[in-house]
Amino acid sequence: MLEFERDPWRVESLRVTRVTRETEDTFTIELDAKPRAGFVFQPGQFNMLYAFGVGESAISIAGSADEPERLVHTVRAVGAVTNALAKAKQGERIGVRGPFGHGFPIAEARGKDLLLIAGGIGLAPLRPVILYAIQHRPEFRSVTLIYGARSPKDLLYPRELLSWASRLRLETTVDRAEDDWFGHTGVVTKFIEGALQNPESTVAMMCGPEVMMRFAARELTTLGVPEKSIFVSTERNMKCGVGLCGHCQLGPFLLCRDGPTFSYDRIGPLLSIREL
Amino acid sequence: MQVESLSRALAEHPFVAGLGEPEVSFLAGCTKNQRFGAGEYLFKEGSPADTLFLLRDGRVALESHVPGRGNVKLETLAAGDLLGWSALFDPHSFHLDGRALEATLTFAVDARCLREKMQSDTAFGYALTRRLLYHVHRRLERARLQQLDVYRAGL
Repeated sequence: MLEFERDPWRVESLRVTRVTRETEDTFTIELDAKPRAGFVFQPGQFNMLYAFGVGESAISIAGSADEPERLVHTVRAVGAVTNALAKAKQGERIGVRGPFGHGFPIAEARGKDLLLIAGGIGLAPLRPVILYAIQHRPEFRSVTLIYGARSPKDLLYPRELLSWASRLRLETTVDRAEDDWFGHTGVVTKFIEGALQNPESTVAMMCGPEVMMRFAARELTTLGVPEKSIFVSTERNMKCGVGLCGHCQLGPFLLCRDGPTFSYDRIGPLLSIREL
Repeated sequence: MQVESLSRALAEHPFVAGLGEPEVSFLAGCTKNQRFGAGEYLFKEGSPADTLFLLRDGRVALESHVPGRGNVKLETLAAGDLLGWSALFDPHSFHLDGRALEATLTFAVDARCLREKMQSDTAFGYALTRRLLYHVHRRLERARLQQLDVYRAGL
């Protein structure tokens, strides 16, 4: 076990190797993880990224678990920390603590249909699952990705989407489009029925706005996918990353420690309680 | 012979599947195959709604023209969907544009013929109304989620 993994409070300073602008407010930042002998993680886990002098933010890991020397995060600049991270340049350093939480249970999908549903920035936490599924395609009976975004200009990883389309079944859709868009328009739930071949032996993994996931989970269960086979990545205000501060409490769970991924039979009932 | 083959194909469309043979045969009598090329309009806003379309293949965008923005796409529909509901309700005038995004094949159901049958055969009318209501319910659910604009920053 690495020293870093024993001490969750230790901030590792890693060098930025590349920053790619994805959309108007979203960027992907790559860090050189070689100095810490690679960064081993499970798809779906997150790190606390530290913009020195500003603060920390919980960001899902968006890279390939098969490339531990490259640590990749896709970040939406919406607050003080993420706006500071957005200004990071190649060669500069940012702090990293992690990885934290439980990832998506990929092993449960082996031999079954794997259905991935992503909305907006929610594609980033699912990207490691997608990369794994592409790399290890024979492990799954089928692999489908349904990805929804607000508009065509908000689609993440547009080049990769093109390449993924030839390696898995991909349905990309946007909520709002005008004349120059020839893809699908509409919400992700529209494509679930067409993607399900064997609902009882389908494992669905989702990440996106909570409302989207609630609608999608309802559609999946209506069509026969068991709640225990639906996994969602949740998000609350994560601060410590290790279940001490309580900021990310949702009912009996601390999402940073017990999640962020949960099966829907455990977390679903809590997502519809307005007081939580 | 042609009607028989149309009946068989029509019976497999999700909107029709499960209807009895006499109902499917009747519906086939009101239906023809109609193809549209990419970019071609199935109907335009304000035009008389005289056809209900059951999509067999291809994709169609439901659009509305917004001054200053052009044609805004509201939803795209594909095989298994139906569109042109306005043909079943007064004043039988389309509320949106329906434009093929690629080569599209439809079952085009003559709406007057269908309305008359639904009126005179209430069992048939009820069966079709239930199916139509299911599609309306599903599209309304999707429209509500779309309206929530869940991907907007800060949500």
